Amino acid sequence: MTLGAACSSRTDDARTLTFWTIGREGEAVAKLIPDFEKEHPGLHVKVQQLPLTAAHQKLLTAIAGSSTPDLSQLGNTWIPELAALDALEPLQSRVDASKTIDASDYFANIWTTNRIGGQLYGVPWYVDTRLLFYRRDLLAKAGFDAPPRDWAQWRAMLAALSQPERGAWGILLPTNEFEQLLVLALQQDEPLLRDDNRYGNFRSEGFRRALTFYVDTFRQRQAPAITNVEAGNPWTEFGRGVYAFYLSGPWNIGEFRKRLPASQQDDWDTAPLPGPHGPGASNAGGSSLVIFRTSPHKDEAWQLIEFLSRPQVQQRLYDLLGDMPPRRSSWEGEALRNDPKARAFREQLERVKPTPPIPEWERIVTEMQLVAAQAAHGDLSIDEAAAEIDRRADRILEKRRWLMEHGRVAP
Amino acid sequence: MNTQRTAWLFLTPALLVLALFFLIPVLAAFALSLTDFDLYALADLRNLRFVALGNYWELLHRPLFWSALGHTLYFVVIGVPLSMVVSLGAAMLLNSPLARMKPLFRTALFAPVVTTVVAVAVIWRYLFNTKYGLANYSLGLIGISPVDWLGDPRWAMPTIILFAVWKNFGYNMIIFLAGLQAIPADLYEAARIDGASPWRQFRHITLPMLAPTMLMVSILTVSGYFQLFAEPFVMTEGGPLQSTVSVLYLMYEEGFKWWNLGSASAVAFLLFLIMFAVTAVMLRASRQRGEA
Repeated sequence: MTLGAACSSRTDDARTLTFWTIGREGEAVAKLIPDFEKEHPGLHVKVQQLPLTAAHQKLLTAIAGSSTPDLSQLGNTWIPELAALDALEPLQSRVDASKTIDASDYFANIWTTNRIGGQLYGVPWYVDTRLLFYRRDLLAKAGFDAPPRDWAQWRAMLAALSQPERGAWGILLPTNEFEQLLVLALQQDEPLLRDDNRYGNFRSEGFRRALTFYVDTFRQRQAPAITNVEAGNPWTEFGRGVYAFYLSGPWNIGEFRKRLPASQQDDWDTAPLPGPHGPGASNAGGSSLVIFRTSPHKDEAWQLIEFLSRPQVQQRLYDLLGDMPPRRSSWEGEALRNDPKARAFREQLERVKPTPPIPEWERIVTEMQLVAAQAAHGDLSIDEAAAEIDRRADRILEKRRWLMEHGRVAP
Repeated sequence: MNTQRTAWLFLTPALLVLALFFLIPVLAAFALSLTDFDLYALADLRNLRFVALGNYWELLHRPLFWSALGHTLYFVVIGVPLSMVVSLGAAMLLNSPLARMKPLFRTALFAPVVTTVVAVAVIWRYLFNTKYGLANYSLGLIGISPVDWLGDPRWAMPTIILFAVWKNFGYNMIIFLAGLQAIPADLYEAARIDGASPWRQFRHITLPMLAPTMLMVSILTVSGYFQLFAEPFVMTEGGPLQSTVSVLYLMYEEGFKWWNLGSASAVAFLLFLIMFAVTAVMLRASRQRGEA
């Protein structure tokens, strides 16, 4: 339905921009658009919301059926896939000419996630990285006055705070989410894939160290081996002290503020991720804004991207949704600068690492988590799991190797 | 005018529609299953490789395919008989002369069939929640410790079977009810006069008279249950530890999540072959029983 509508509206009104949003951003954007339309009389923006669960499929179907919108929000891990499909408009020359968008103002590794094979395909819109939410009061009661700085401290705190027999766990790590293990793996020196992303590198020393830390957390009963389907409502359980740590993303600042009572708001805080030896890296997630190659209104679409990239507009987006801006200057606004709970994210954002920019990545990381969950359940040893992830990654990358050998895809 | 030509004339529109919407897509899907159509091929058709039976070969070597097939067979072998017994039982209760308020119960028992699976799955996920669910609460009252219904790989499939049986039995129940009502009452009357117990009446009148209905219902249910997809999709997303991944779920992931249409088509054709073989065996078995 939406696809058909998008298609027809574009052809019958030359001054209408179709803008696809994914998830909650749609509602917030609808409040920002009137200002843009006021600045550009005669230009009308049609915002269409895709649910997150169906977005990937809809985008690919739209490309297969040549019914893409003018511009879209796009998870930055999806950009390699759509770039491989040749669906996106390169944006470097527009950025060079832009007065609003200054690449050096953006967190460097977030910007990098939009470059595929030397080409820039998106402008970061908001960022999303994982870090620690923790119960300050529980840590204090156990004799810790600061969040952990490295893995050794973290392990000690997890051990002190876990009492599974009375239903208290150190941390919640849903076994069907790959981000938690991924960020631990990103903290290592070794890359996740090797030889120009031709083969998996999961048997490396570094990945096995990350996997061991992850699996040990379950084996030492410091986290329950459950998926987020059973975790149900993690926010109230965090409030009730079932979990002392929660490794998650920025949207949970808003969730905890909304769901926990006012009396508990001082009990929780955020902290940058501890690494193997001191503060560690995290993932460079988030969404970017892209223009589709088939759009007949690329200039107007670019104007909208410039508008949404202004620091004041990004600050408003933060006020509306809690989406964290990717530009350093946007963080100078009142709400973000004075928010103690956002500060850890600001610090973490200087230490994020992108994932391999290839279309197969999402599938590889999904397989990584499936195997890791088996290891967490005790079905596989660390070495078996690492070898199995490599085997699956190599199988998924077979086509990529063939294409590279035939010069069809750049390394 | 030639009658045969007239017959073809009338048949042509239907045949054209069948060819266009059934035969061509099936042939195209088969052709697709012989290639490695994926994202790269979608971008540029020169990236498409003909792999002959490679997709099938690879699937047969993938543990996940076999475990998906195992889960599907588990679902069929336990779920189909259970579903048949429940729907026949419900139909007989509704057909009993003692039953009151028949229209109300008929509607109530049929309601799960017409409710969307997503809506009822939300309720069931609550009922079977490990900590707060009614199922574990009731077990707790009789002193049984809580079961991790949807989170334990051993329990997830039985829970999904229960859910599917509850969701679908009403449909077969209506068919059975029609079959039961078609049995002449004088057969029972004659049996009663001869002193047959209710159990003997059931064995020697109800079951034989229902045999054709039974065959149809079992074939419909088997082919329906082989296509298990929506229940694990909404209840467990194939988890925990892929213990509820069915063949069709695997096809969905291959095709629509990862866009490997070649390999997804191969899954579809393998599933078709299996279902075809099972149905053929069932038909043959019933025919032999009929002749015996």
